[in-house]
Amino acid sequence: MSDEPVSIAPDVFWIGALDPQLRVFDVILKTANGTTYNAYCVRGESGVAVIDTVKAEYADTFFERLEQVARYDEITVIVLNHLEPDHTGALPELMRRAPQARLHISVKAQTMLKGLLKSEDLAYTPVDTGDTVSLGGRTLTFLNTPFLHWPDTQCTYLNEEALLFSGDVFGCHFCDGRLFNDRVGDFRFSFEYYYQHIMRPFREHVRHGLDLIEPLELKLIAPAHGPILRDAPRSYVQRYRQLAAPLLHNEAADRAKTLVIFYISSYGNTARMAQSVRDGAEEIDGVRVSLYDLQGGEVTPFVDLIEEADGIVFGSPTINGDAVKPIWDLLSSLAVVNIKDKLGAAFGSYGWTGEAVSMLEDRLRGLKLRVPVTGVRVKLIPTEEELDKCRVFGRQLAEHLTGRNQRRVIDMSELFKEPTHAQG
Amino acid sequence: MPKANVTFEDIGVTVTVPAGTRLIEISEKVGAGITYGCREGECATCMMKIVSGMENMSERSVLEDKVLQENMASRKHRLACQAQVLGGEIVVRPG
Repeated sequence: MSDEPVSIAPDVFWIGALDPQLRVFDVILKTANGTTYNAYCVRGESGVAVIDTVKAEYADTFFERLEQVARYDEITVIVLNHLEPDHTGALPELMRRAPQARLHISVKAQTMLKGLLKSEDLAYTPVDTGDTVSLGGRTLTFLNTPFLHWPDTQCTYLNEEALLFSGDVFGCHFCDGRLFNDRVGDFRFSFEYYYQHIMRPFREHVRHGLDLIEPLELKLIAPAHGPILRDAPRSYVQRYRQLAAPLLHNEAADRAKTLVIFYISSYGNTARMAQSVRDGAEEIDGVRVSLYDLQGGEVTPFVDLIEEADGIVFGSPTINGDAVKPIWDLLSSLAVVNIKDKLGAAFGSYGWTGEAVSMLEDRLRGLKLRVPVTGVRVKLIPTEEELDKCRVFGRQLAEHLTGRNQRRVIDMSELFKEPTHAQG
Repeated sequence: MPKANVTFEDIGVTVTVPAGTRLIEISEKVGAGITYGCREGECATCMMKIVSGMENMSERSVLEDKVLQENMASRKHRLACQAQVLGGEIVVRPG
C-alpha cells in the first residue's frame, strides 16, 4: 500500500499509518499481525480538522498522506481524542507546520498535554460533552468519555456524516491495509482481546460512554486502531454493551455481598485457618462466602471471580520470608479488572517469621483496596483459641462488607502494632 | 503534644493523632476507602472530601492547590497525601 490517503466518507480521509511488524503493544498486549495508527482529516467549507496523529516513527507517512488532502495553512482544528504517544507522536511537528490550528482536547487532557509537550504555555480549547466546533457546513461534536481507557479520552462525532471518531473505543490491534471491516481479514478475536485487556478494567466507564454513543445515528465508526467499522457499526456498540455487563451470573447479587477467600497451604495449617475465617464470615447475614484452594485452579477464572467480588481475602504461609508464588501470580494478574475500593485482607500460618501477611496487606493497599481489619498470623499449628481468632477475623470482615462494623475510637499508635492478632 | 481526632466516615473509625499528621499516614492503616496513586501530590487519586473541620486542616500548599484546581475540586476537597491535621475534630470521606 502506497502512502495515499483513503476516503472514508465525503471529504473525510484516513491519513494514518500501518505497523504490521508490531507484536507487543504497551508491554501488556500481544498482536499477531501488528496494528494501525488511525488518524483522520475532515474538510469543511471554511476549515480543516485533523483528528489524532500517529506514533512518532510513522510521522513521515502521516504527513505524506495529510499533504495530499490539505495544505497546512488550511488546518483550523486539531482534535486529540487521546494523548497516548501512539496517537500524538506527530503532534509537535504538526503544531509547528500548522501553528494556527487550534487544539481541541478534553478537560482532563489539559495536564497531560502540558506533560506531553513539556510546556505550560500552550493554546488549546478544552471541550466537554455537547461542545462543538464548526468547519463550515460541517460540525464536530465532542463526547467526553473518560477512562476509555485513560482519564483524557473523548470521542468526536461528525454530525453531517453520522461518523464517530471513537479513539481507542471500538478499536483493536489488527493491521490490514484494506482498512474497512467488510474487506479486512477476520479481526473478531483482536476486537474481543483488545476490549478484555484495555477496556475491561473500566467497564463502568464503558457503560457511561455507551450511554452517550448509543443515541447517535451511526453510519460509520472510525477508531484509532484497527479496521474502520462501516458495515453494521452499531453491532460493535452492542457488543461493547454485552462485554461491559458482569461476566458471571450472580444470583445472590441483590441480597448478599460476596466474600471470596483464597488460600494455599503447605501442611494444612493455613487451610484450617481459612475454614475458620469462612465460618466466622458466614455468621453474618447478607454475606455469601466462598473458599478456594489456589492449588486447585487457574489464574484466569479466579480473576473473573475477583472482578465480581465485594471482598477478597488471601491466606498464605510464609516461606523464606515471603508469601508464596501462586498468591503473587494471582495478585499480579489483576490489572485487567477493576478492584479499587474492594475490601481486602490476609492471614496465614508461618514457621519462623511470618512476613507474608503484612506483605500481602501492603500489596492489597497498593492495588487500592481498603484493608480495614489487620490480618491474623499463627505460628505453625493453630490452636482452638487461635482458630477462634480466625473466626472473629472473618466475622469482622463480613461486618465491614455489610456496613455493620462497630464505630470505634483508637489511638494512632494502635495502627502500628505488630499484626499478630485480629483487632478487637 | 496537641492532638486531633480524625473520623473516617466510610468505616466509622475515629483515630486520635498528633497535630501535624498527614492523612496518608493513617487512612490506609485504618482501612479507609481513600486510595493512593503517586503519593506525592501529583495524580489526585487520593482526593477526599472534608465533611467537617476544614478549619482544623493545614492550608493548601501551592502544589496541592494547583493539582486540586486542575482536577476541578471543590473547596471541600483535599489531597490525603498532602493535607495535615492541626487539631480538633475532623471528619473525612473518600471522593
